[in-house]
Amino acid sequence: MLDFIQQLVSGIALGCVYGLIALGFVLIYKATEVVNFAQGDLMMLGGFFVFTFIGLMGLDYWLGFLFAVCGMAVFGMATERILVRPILGYPQFSIVMATIGLGYFLRSIAGMIWGTDDLRIETPFSAGVLKVGDLVLAHDKLSVIVATVILCVVLYAFFNYTRMGTAMRATSENMLAAYYMGIPVKRVVSLIWAISAAVAACAGVLLAPITFIHSNVGLVLGLKAFPAAVLGGFGSIPGALVGGLIIGVIESLAGFYLPQGWKDIAPYIVLLVMLVVRPHGLFGPSMRKKV
Amino acid sequence: MNLFTVDGISLQFGGLKAVDNVSFSVSKGEIFTIIGPNGAGKTSIFNLISRLYDPTSGKLFFEGRDITEVPPHQVARLGIARTFQNIELFENATMLANLLVGRHCHATTQMWQEMLFLPSVRRAEKDHRRKVEEVIEFLDLQAYRDKLIAGLPYGVRKVIEVARALCSEPKLILLDEPSSGLNVEETDDMSFWIRDIRSELGITVLMVEHDMTLVNRVSDRVLALNYGKVLASGTPSEVQAHPDVIAAYLGA
Amino acid sequence: MRFVFKTDYDQDIRILKHSGYWWSYGVLLAVLVAAPFLLGSYLQSQLVFVFIYAIVGVALMILTGFTGQASLGHAAFLAIGAYTAGFLQSHGVPFIVYFPTAAVLTGVVGALVGFPALRLTGIYLVIATIAFAFIVEEVLARWESVTHGNEGMRVRTLDLVGVPVPRDSASFYFLCLLVLVGTVLLALNLLRSPTGRAFVAIRDSETAGKSMGIDLAAYKVKSFAISAAITGMAGVLFAHKMTFISPEMFTLLLSIEFIMVIIIGGAFGVHGAILGAIFMVMIDPFLTALKDDVPVLAASVASSFGMAQDAATLLQDKLSKIGSAAGLKGAIYGLIIMMFILFEPYGLYGRWLKVKLFFQLFPLYKRATFKRQKTYVKSERNR
Ligand SMILES: Nc1ncnc2c1ncn2[C@@H]1O[C@H](COP(=O)(O)OP(=O)(O)OP(=O)(O)O)[C@@H](O)[C@H]1O
Ligand SMILES: [Mg+2]
Repeated sequence: MLDFIQQLVSGIALGCVYGLIALGFVLIYKATEVVNFAQGDLMMLGGFFVFTFIGLMGLDYWLGFLFAVCGMAVFGMATERILVRPILGYPQFSIVMATIGLGYFLRSIAGMIWGTDDLRIETPFSAGVLKVGDLVLAHDKLSVIVATVILCVVLYAFFNYTRMGTAMRATSENMLAAYYMGIPVKRVVSLIWAISAAVAACAGVLLAPITFIHSNVGLVLGLKAFPAAVLGGFGSIPGALVGGLIIGVIESLAGFYLPQGWKDIAPYIVLLVMLVVRPHGLFGPSMRKKV
Repeated sequence: MNLFTVDGISLQFGGLKAVDNVSFSVSKGEIFTIIGPNGAGKTSIFNLISRLYDPTSGKLFFEGRDITEVPPHQVARLGIARTFQNIELFENATMLANLLVGRHCHATTQMWQEMLFLPSVRRAEKDHRRKVEEVIEFLDLQAYRDKLIAGLPYGVRKVIEVARALCSEPKLILLDEPSSGLNVEETDDMSFWIRDIRSELGITVLMVEHDMTLVNRVSDRVLALNYGKVLASGTPSEVQAHPDVIAAYLGA
Repeated sequence: MRFVFKTDYDQDIRILKHSGYWWSYGVLLAVLVAAPFLLGSYLQSQLVFVFIYAIVGVALMILTGFTGQASLGHAAFLAIGAYTAGFLQSHGVPFIVYFPTAAVLTGVVGALVGFPALRLTGIYLVIATIAFAFIVEEVLARWESVTHGNEGMRVRTLDLVGVPVPRDSASFYFLCLLVLVGTVLLALNLLRSPTGRAFVAIRDSETAGKSMGIDLAAYKVKSFAISAAITGMAGVLFAHKMTFISPEMFTLLLSIEFIMVIIIGGAFGVHGAILGAIFMVMIDPFLTALKDDVPVLAASVASSFGMAQDAATLLQDKLSKIGSAAGLKGAIYGLIIMMFILFEPYGLYGRWLKVKLFFQLFPLYKRATFKRQKTYVKSERNR
């Protein structure tokens, strides 16, 4: 039983990371119908940024965190401006391929700049554990869970109670109509990319003490976050988090209870089953083209 | 003789009754028009007939046969072809290819034969082509054979959609607002073609139309619809004189 | 400019539309047949890879370019073909049996993947194919009794009815060429008949296709099955060319390379698949060559412009360090994908057509002829 809870908690922590990456997918997808395959790599870049600020420049953890997130937000905007805006409105698969290309590019460049060794940083959560009875919970994992909850509350408030948030929701309902209503769609979209890259950066920073910082970490986790986003229904923000949690928990439990090998494919099997049973995920709207 | 009968059909989207217990029948060789304000449920009726939507209740009969449960891709084979309100052509293909897709329900060749392009396939292809050429001739589309749809003007596309429907040699053709977006001249042509479709090709026409001049010019019978319910039916002048219809259009 | 006067419906059915094509493709075929006798073994071997990539490219062209169903799982189909060949060959099954068996088996698996695809569009389908490919990869790594797991599997020399066909021989080259030409012909035949048009219809409007009598389910499954079967055949050739196969050869990255083939070449015709294959296979040796030559060249240019000798040497060192950095290839691949999608959306073949049209229409060429249409309504979300 104790094992089970232990596994459950690490599954939830992992799931939060997936959820955060998936959240980035969903934000961008909802607003622009672009599926950003490089979302995991944005997370990876966030990790490297924080390594640069903390590990190399010796800044304080929180300051480094802040800088990394801001840096990534700017990077997200630049990506939108340079790569995505010119091809917006073209077939979805072209855009998907463009972001796959971006991912490839970022991975290699990160490898060339920061090397291909595993990097570590010291964080306030690196070592400590929380003991509840016999249960031992590592601080780094708990920090991920807590941070995810905080981030979700902030995003929720932003989308529901600010003007910009409302504009974003309008844009994601119908870009053209929003534009006609005088919403600065271009600015909104670039802000969405900024937010989504910033969320990815948070995930990257939170993950840094748990796994190493490495140029391939984004690919590996990004490909797990995908099933998460799909499981939740690609257009749904709470869905992304729930999907992330499901995938994280499944992976963690499968790794513990099932023979070797299942851990890596269990999320995909669940995904395929899900797609067959409910093609639009748990919370996704099923829309049909009207003729 | 009734070619096609709709019997008490209803369609519900969540709380919205898009079609509410509608019944009518279309006789062979008739031009039957459905009119109604926007959102009345006209297109929904077409979508029910071509089986894109499942009715909440009610039945559809074609040539005496119950077609309520027929899968959508079999409807064309029965002899019902349609056009779409917002043009659903195959944009990145030539007009010829589009019209040949209209022949799909008459395709007889198997995939393996096609891969080897056996003489039987070639023969079938030529037969399809001959039929398509007849339609091209009929609707005066000679100039566009090898043109991509994506580059053609709206009015031409509208005609091509009718052509594609005709290529399947239907017994009943459903035209969803054939004149919407056309200029006066093109609408004129369309009204002649609609009459020719009936008189020369012997195809029964069921159409949805807003342009009352066109409706008056071609229809034998008219059915008026509002909020999914039948308001009136009869000859064009009868329906237009009906107080409920006037009320619906004037919004009173 | 050539005007083709049509007097016969056959003229629109023919694959080679007029005599000019007979000449150009005849010459091309003659050159390809003569190639092994003229080229060194390295280039011949590269050509074999071009053929294999082109076969997969044709498969993807049918599925993605014509039916509009994206797939990032074609490496898995290649793997299934390759492993079927390896396994059956090691059990003494002759080539003429296991070659078609591999095709059929891969086709069946492809059809199975096609079934969930019936209800999936766009991004959901891409992700489903990725998931499928991961599962196949894992199965290959774990099903040790058949696949030898991560250790990989040796594939013996191909034996064609008693005649050995070693991987570097001219006969292997001709076998691959034959399979490529065969697939191209089959594909072209299919695309000029009702099935091919049904594929295009599904790509452009599922609703209209349905009402024109196209059974979406059947044709999507068919498209997946054909595409997979062709890829399976390529897999057999691939296995024999590599002589050794292991799960880590068939990863997502290989699937992406295959997609690159049709993005770079252009997804809407056989020409595209082949041009793309040439590009993808040749880019590697090209980059290697650049890596050696560019630093030297840059240094000599720099010093001829009056740079000090030691500074030039430093530049050369720096450049060659960048060149030999581990990730450079990935970065360049990424750049290529992005550049093509941004600037050359119709691929190399599209560029060729534009150039051709430019000269044909010379003073009258309009740039807008090839302008892409953008749609800002949420088209793909509610299909
Ligand atoms: N797929 C759908 N989901 C939800 N509601 C729908 C759907 N299709 C149609 N409706 C609703 O059903 C009602 C009838 O729509 P329909 O398209 O049949 O109208 P119409 O009579 O063709 O109008 P118009 O003249 O504008 O073409 C409308 O209120 C429409 O919003
Ligand atoms: Mg309508």
